[in-house]
Amino acid sequence: MKISIIITLKKDVLDPQGKVIQQTLNGMGFDDVNEVRQGKYFEIDTKHNDKDKAKAKVDEMCKKLLANLVIENYKIIDPK
Amino acid sequence: MKSSVITFPGSNCDRDMEVALKKFGFKNKMVWHADAELPKSDLVVLPGGFSYGDYLRCGSMASKSKIMNSVINFANSGGMVMGICNGFQILVETGLVPGVLLRNKYLEFICKNVFVKINNKQNKYFKNVNNEVLEFHIAHNEGNYFCTKDQLKEIEDNNQIAINYCDENGKVEDKFNPNGSIKNIAGIFNKEKNVLGMMPHPERMIDTSLSGEDGSLFFKNLINNLK
Repeated sequence: MKISIIITLKKDVLDPQGKVIQQTLNGMGFDDVNEVRQGKYFEIDTKHNDKDKAKAKVDEMCKKLLANLVIENYKIIDPK
Repeated sequence: MKSSVITFPGSNCDRDMEVALKKFGFKNKMVWHADAELPKSDLVVLPGGFSYGDYLRCGSMASKSKIMNSVINFANSGGMVMGICNGFQILVETGLVPGVLLRNKYLEFICKNVFVKINNKQNKYFKNVNNEVLEFHIAHNEGNYFCTKDQLKEIEDNNQIAINYCDENGKVEDKFNPNGSIKNIAGIFNKEKNVLGMMPHPERMIDTSLSGEDGSLFFKNLINNLK
């Protein structure tokens, strides 16, 4: 089963890359951009067929490696 | 005194570190990241570089290497572990020292000499260093030290800040902060002060004909403190 994860920076963590992307968008004429925050997206193909088991394993992976909980939040997306 | 320098795939300051350690009297062994056992050591160094190409987050992959289990056990039993630059990033990813190192505030790779003020000398790394300010070299893209408010309080309460970026007179101000680090932090200890992580490279300041001498001061002092 394939599980997707989105990792985002926590609210009060500076995101210099997002800031430069925002400035570039503004410079290109996209005046409607207030802020850009850059994150990460993962697709993990697990050996599990059971949704809850797969999600529980991926949750453990997020905590142990994929996310750094000092600065990042993660969200596991329900497989279709 | 025996030291071990760990080489990860992508480390590039490991041999410089060995040269520095040997110059000041350490008997050094290079240790490969895939080894399980740490040789008997008085000091373990995680060197600078780009372990695993900085994939995912700097230091994150290296922090899960086989050898790191032994390094973590060694540190937890009071062993001296020093992480320089990428080694510092690896240390924060293991949780041996608190916080993280983010992308530099102005998105530049910074490569220059900086001054750092020693904040705490009650430890084997800086005890008996006569200077208050040292000139070291930095070369990094992700050296912007960050931690939560709770972590910062704990760090300050336990006097865990090792060195701060400053000017040549030891003034710690925002304008002498090269990368946006909280409180100008350039290096921190664990609670017990046997683990030190720092962005600057003392091993690049051990020869007057190449650079400066403040690294020599640091290493000479370190080996004396360990005897």
